[in-house]
Amino acid sequence: MLLLFIVVVAIAIAVLRNLFAAVMLFGIFSFLAAAVFVSLDAVDVAFTEAAVGAGIATILMLATLARVGGHERGVHGHGLFPLAIAFFTGLALIHATSDFPLVGDPSAPAHGHVAPRYLKESGSEIGIPNVVTSVLASYRGYDTLGEVTVIFAAGVGVLCLLGAAGAGARREDKKKE
Amino acid sequence: MGHHLVLRVICKLLVPLILLFALYVQFHGDFGPGGGFQAGVLFGAGFILYGIVFGLGHFRSVVSPALLRTVAACGLLLYLLVGVAGMLLGGNYLDYSVLRENPASGQHLGIFLVELGVGLTVSGVMISLFYAFADRRFRE
Repeated sequence: MLLLFIVVVAIAIAVLRNLFAAVMLFGIFSFLAAAVFVSLDAVDVAFTEAAVGAGIATILMLATLARVGGHERGVHGHGLFPLAIAFFTGLALIHATSDFPLVGDPSAPAHGHVAPRYLKESGSEIGIPNVVTSVLASYRGYDTLGEVTVIFAAGVGVLCLLGAAGAGARREDKKKE
Repeated sequence: MGHHLVLRVICKLLVPLILLFALYVQFHGDFGPGGGFQAGVLFGAGFILYGIVFGLGHFRSVVSPALLRTVAACGLLLYLLVGVAGMLLGGNYLDYSVLRENPASGQHLGIFLVELGVGLTVSGVMISLFYAFADRRFRE
């Protein structure tokens, strides 16, 4: 049912020409995705999705819209070729899902590798009730370090592109002088 | 900005609660869902709400962009230094067990510091991004 909602919202986003409404629908899309994660018992992921996808991303897109205007302009052609590409890529992806293990299948590869050890040992090794935090910050510390570096680098990149806030204002002050 | 009285009062009520909840998520991440990423975003969201409602001029006097950039860099640095501290104390890079006598409490300390670094970087970057987008409009 939730997935059905997601599909409807996604189609609406693609069809809409009013960018403001599309941004709002993006927020709804993220919330629905978060609800799906909750129903899969992935509460930490759902939390992140709701905070980042529905919260911050929507605000940043709105801030962008305030700069570029709220209506999509210059739609070229009818886009049959892109539609065909999207259609066949989607078909390929759906075909690929037939190789997936079922949800909750204990013999799935993801449950056979290091996961049982983490679940069994993390209580005594790390002593933190939330295994997600243990895995994220300790067992997979390198990965998280990489993620933080990516976030930092992305922030620096955006600041370089848009001109760091404050630097531009200072320049203008100098011009006035 | 003088007209939105309801908005401003509600915002003043909400921002402390949002920040408090962000801190709760940050420090309760060991026991429930949450952690540095979520807390950083929530913390940033509280500030951004303040910035939207009260205007960027006001916002600038609360947090300066230079401070935000410093905070973002310090978070990443904290993470890296925790890793180096583990090496200096005779363990592997990012091995927290050697930070304290008892490996488990060392892990506690390491995870706490690392999550703090994540939270600082994420909130600093998020508010900086908001600044970068909104400030351009402000100037033009």
